[in-house]
Amino acid sequence: MSITDTEGGRGSALFPFLWKTVKLLATVALTFLGLLIVTFLIGRVVPVDPVLAVVGDRASKSVYDKAFIELGLDRPLYEQFWLYLTKILTGDLGTSMLTKRDIVDDIARFFPATVELATVGILIGTLIGVPVGVWAAVRKGKLVDQVVRVLGLVGYSAPIFWLGLLGLLVFYARLQWVGGPGRIDIGFEYSITQNTGLLLIDSAMQGEWAAFRNIFGHIILPASLLGYYSMAYISRMTRSFMLNELEQEYIVTARVKGVPEWRIIWVHALRNAAVPLVTVVALSYANLLEGSVLTETVFAWPGLGQYLTNSLQNADMNAVLGCTLVIGAIFVGLNLISDLLYGLLDPRVRRRA
Amino acid sequence: MTVASRREWLLSDRPESRRQARLGQIYRTWLSFKTNWLAMIGLGIVLLLCVVAVFADVIAPYDPVIGGDLRTERFLPPFTGDHLLGTDDLARDIFSRIVHGARLTLMVVALVAVIATPIGLLVGTTSGYFGGWVDTVLMRVTDIFLAFPRLILALAFVAALGPGIENAIIAIAITSWPPYARLARAETLTIRDSDYINAARLQGASSARILWGHITPLCLSSVIIRVTLDMAGIILTAAGLGFLGLGAQPPQPEWGAMIASGRRFIIDFWWVATVPGIAIFVVSLGFNLLGDGLRDVLDPKAHGNTDTAKARP
Amino acid sequence: MIYGRRLIGAAVTALTMLAAPVATAETPPDTLIQAWAIDDVISLDPAEIFEFTASEIAGNAYEGLIGYDPKDVSKIFGKVAENWTIAPDGMSISFKIREGRKFASGNEITAEDVVFSLTRAVKLDKSPAFILTQFGLNADNVDQMVVQTGPYSLDFKMDKAYAPTLVLYCLTATVGFVVDKKVVMEHESNGDFGYEWLKTNYAGSGPFTIREWRANEAVVMERNDNYSGDAPPMARVIYRHIPEGATQRLLLEQGDIDIARNLGAEEMTALASNTDLVIDTGAKGSIYYLGLNQKNEFLSKPEVRQAMKYLVDYQTIADTIMKGKVTVHQAFLPNGFLGALNDTPFSLDVAKAKELLAAAGVPDGFTVTMDTRNTPEITGIAQAIQQTMAEAGITMELIPGDGQQTLTKYRARNHDIYIGRWGPDYQDPHTNADTFARNPDNSDDAASKPLAWRNSWEIPEMTLKADAAVLEADADKRAEMYIELQEEHQQTSPFVIMFQEIEVLGRRKNVDGYILGPSFNDNSFALVTK
Repeated sequence: MSITDTEGGRGSALFPFLWKTVKLLATVALTFLGLLIVTFLIGRVVPVDPVLAVVGDRASKSVYDKAFIELGLDRPLYEQFWLYLTKILTGDLGTSMLTKRDIVDDIARFFPATVELATVGILIGTLIGVPVGVWAAVRKGKLVDQVVRVLGLVGYSAPIFWLGLLGLLVFYARLQWVGGPGRIDIGFEYSITQNTGLLLIDSAMQGEWAAFRNIFGHIILPASLLGYYSMAYISRMTRSFMLNELEQEYIVTARVKGVPEWRIIWVHALRNAAVPLVTVVALSYANLLEGSVLTETVFAWPGLGQYLTNSLQNADMNAVLGCTLVIGAIFVGLNLISDLLYGLLDPRVRRRA
Repeated sequence: MTVASRREWLLSDRPESRRQARLGQIYRTWLSFKTNWLAMIGLGIVLLLCVVAVFADVIAPYDPVIGGDLRTERFLPPFTGDHLLGTDDLARDIFSRIVHGARLTLMVVALVAVIATPIGLLVGTTSGYFGGWVDTVLMRVTDIFLAFPRLILALAFVAALGPGIENAIIAIAITSWPPYARLARAETLTIRDSDYINAARLQGASSARILWGHITPLCLSSVIIRVTLDMAGIILTAAGLGFLGLGAQPPQPEWGAMIASGRRFIIDFWWVATVPGIAIFVVSLGFNLLGDGLRDVLDPKAHGNTDTAKARP
Repeated sequence: MIYGRRLIGAAVTALTMLAAPVATAETPPDTLIQAWAIDDVISLDPAEIFEFTASEIAGNAYEGLIGYDPKDVSKIFGKVAENWTIAPDGMSISFKIREGRKFASGNEITAEDVVFSLTRAVKLDKSPAFILTQFGLNADNVDQMVVQTGPYSLDFKMDKAYAPTLVLYCLTATVGFVVDKKVVMEHESNGDFGYEWLKTNYAGSGPFTIREWRANEAVVMERNDNYSGDAPPMARVIYRHIPEGATQRLLLEQGDIDIARNLGAEEMTALASNTDLVIDTGAKGSIYYLGLNQKNEFLSKPEVRQAMKYLVDYQTIADTIMKGKVTVHQAFLPNGFLGALNDTPFSLDVAKAKELLAAAGVPDGFTVTMDTRNTPEITGIAQAIQQTMAEAGITMELIPGDGQQTLTKYRARNHDIYIGRWGPDYQDPHTNADTFARNPDNSDDAASKPLAWRNSWEIPEMTLKADAAVLEADADKRAEMYIELQEEHQQTSPFVIMFQEIEVLGRRKNVDGYILGPSFNDNSFALVTK
């Protein structure tokens, strides 16, 4: 390859990248359509009388019939699906049979709580997991490595809701080190206005530091739990990526050149390992959505997970499906982002265009 | 044959029959496996689970469903009388419930594996072997299922089908096969054009025979590793469903459901919710250790590349 | 190695600094904070409210025409109404409204508002509308039946001479609460009588206003400065949605809340020794019962029905798993209602049950299923019953489901046994008689589906008796008719009536004056002090 090739190559490297992105987006759109079909079909299998959920047990026949027609249940299946599809594409996920509000509004209200929890969780997981993983890679085979591995295994094996319960019992009920279930103590609740819905940010921006401490006390336990789960995964992956890097020739070269060991590990090797690590973190974040469903139930955290379980227990199928769809879409989105990031960040992949 | 000579026979460098070669391979794998003490612990736990599940009726001192006297025998702490792990809110012996719950757990794991693995293998190998639009369609469908986090999709299915352990098994199985399909497809792609397969094709073997007889056995080892590693996740998902009230229903002694019903009393009677959690943890850990050990032994190249990273959780 | 240690040290220090003393907040002295599972609130419009929690909220925020003394429901008095006269033919009641009273908005309460409230409830025809329409009112005729006769008087006409006690009790229900016509009509759209707006807003005259409702999170109520009665001591009342009893208990112990409403039996036992807390109880009208479907070949035999009534260990359940939450009650009118019957002729008697089964031709028992809602209480009771039934050879399989699933099956008459909880709709005996002792049409496509219908129980004579009791004007005679009805019902019905619910409230010692009434819209905190 001559120099002129690489120069002109920069422009033509962009087009294939865009094309790849477009193909990726098309795939995502198709996947999304499939998601919709699946959720629609699930919704129709339900052995629950959906009219009942709306009008209640004691409504008269006329009220019942009226609601039946309103819900469109007298039309054929494909018409119902078309209706469903058009509604979703205009952002109408239907009305929650329980709260009588638009499901989109409900989800928008509960979403920030889950985002806050997952974000703090992933921060904890990354800030602890990456250094621990590096450490285990450097000390491969020694006690540290084994301990890290076992701790990680514990993270994979313990049911998160059980650990949450025990955590509450020990750290809240007995030791009183952390705040209890819920996001904030009732006494502080009205001292801050919720602009973003992310309480830590809202209280910090308004200078309400007492409230901030209280909020932190409440979020630390569930976030640590989720963080522990992602840490188990992140540290393991960091370890493998680091091991990969540390075997490369350039490391040997650097050592021979006399570069200090800590620089080799933290600056050179880690920077290269960071590339696939970013995608791992993105995937972990997506997985925390799944973890949040169970964690929020234990900690009375008013987020998407609790909304989903609440709707489930009340057979509010519209809300369940709406939530499933949204979570699925986020999952797809995060996977997409991690694919793109990987393509963007890894110079080897970029030049391959 | 004496022990020493049998060992020699298995380890011989020049096997005289296919059977001897296969057995020798298995034996060598076993020797390598034995050196990993963590993996041996895992194996031990899994075997214990199987034994307890099979002999539950004999091992459990009390009936797991019928409780004792509601007035005097509720909430007995562990080691009271012959209640090894105490009693719960309906005066039922917790140890017996754990033991019978092992049966349920094993059933869930076994059924999910039995249902999901063949489906995954079939879809993956077919997709990889034929390629073209068959591949595209099948992989699209797989991707759709992979697009959901497993618990969420299982939740939606169980919500639709209704609570109960059979529906929970179906829901978990439906959400478990996609990674196996992906894996089988990847494996199929690497061996699809090998000389070995081409030779079989030249000999006139039908596609079905090639798929079933040649390709599938080659994919089997990595899929089995994946399934074993997945079992911990399956157990946790089933427990999660049980915790949310969507899996096995009371009075069945499913561990996740036991945690859920014991949750209200955790402050004063902590053992009702804690003990089933320990059981889940131990069994899950066992499968994880076993799977890790199998992977170290059977597939040493599957370490630290991003594809496995993505396929893992 | 050193980096590792340094890292850990830094992390631990940072975390402890931030997580250190979590301030224990005490509740503000002028705000009452209650923890309750309020996820069943779906609307704030009195014409639509049918759930317990919303009824209580409305009961403290709105006023009805009529009220009664929570300690003795036979003492009826007028709230918005000053007095009333019953027409000689018994087919209408004229109400005189108290003058000089205001809504929270400052508008005066007049007969126009009362008429508006009642007619809109009938025209909107939501779930609770039947409480009013059962008197022959419907969207077409209600404007002629409920008429304003003066600025402070109105007539309430009906199609029959119903017992006045029945009509008055029905008007105490949430659906009869008075809303502010001017405010509601300001927000009306497309002739909906302000329904879309009132679903999430407030237009009443009670001691408190509803300032905010965040679904599944909280309801915030504030003192109504325009309230015509004594100003409540509390400036604010907040309901916090906390679904778990165990969590509520912890919050109560810490002093983070004043009142906990969902305490279970174990929480109550644990809190009994806490001197900072008090447990209040009050009987509520909900009844726990088993419905035996008469379509089932075994359950239709009268001896089998009787046998099953002897195979429930009522007292033990009430003393252990449902301790403090229920009392044993075996008739369809709960204690606290006119004509209630408190006899409990049944208790666990396996020998007698076996005799009865033998007489029915099934001495070795049989197998049957029971649809069980998967709430902890119902599941607990169901499992205990399963055990005692087994002692006589009846194998009971529990089929779990959530509320909607079991209800769907029940209404389609596809069950064998249904274990359920029935709450009264209004404070009159007819509410339960109507459903437990009446079955006007037992065919599959009947228009109304009372509980007797759902269990396929054909009772032409009993239906007539229940109908007659509705028209009896004399309160004492009416009470006697219901007692007779229940005595017969207890012995012959396919209902195994087991318990009456007790509402439990845990409060901090310094919180006084909370009233637990027989019905949820009677629960009042207007007099609470701290």
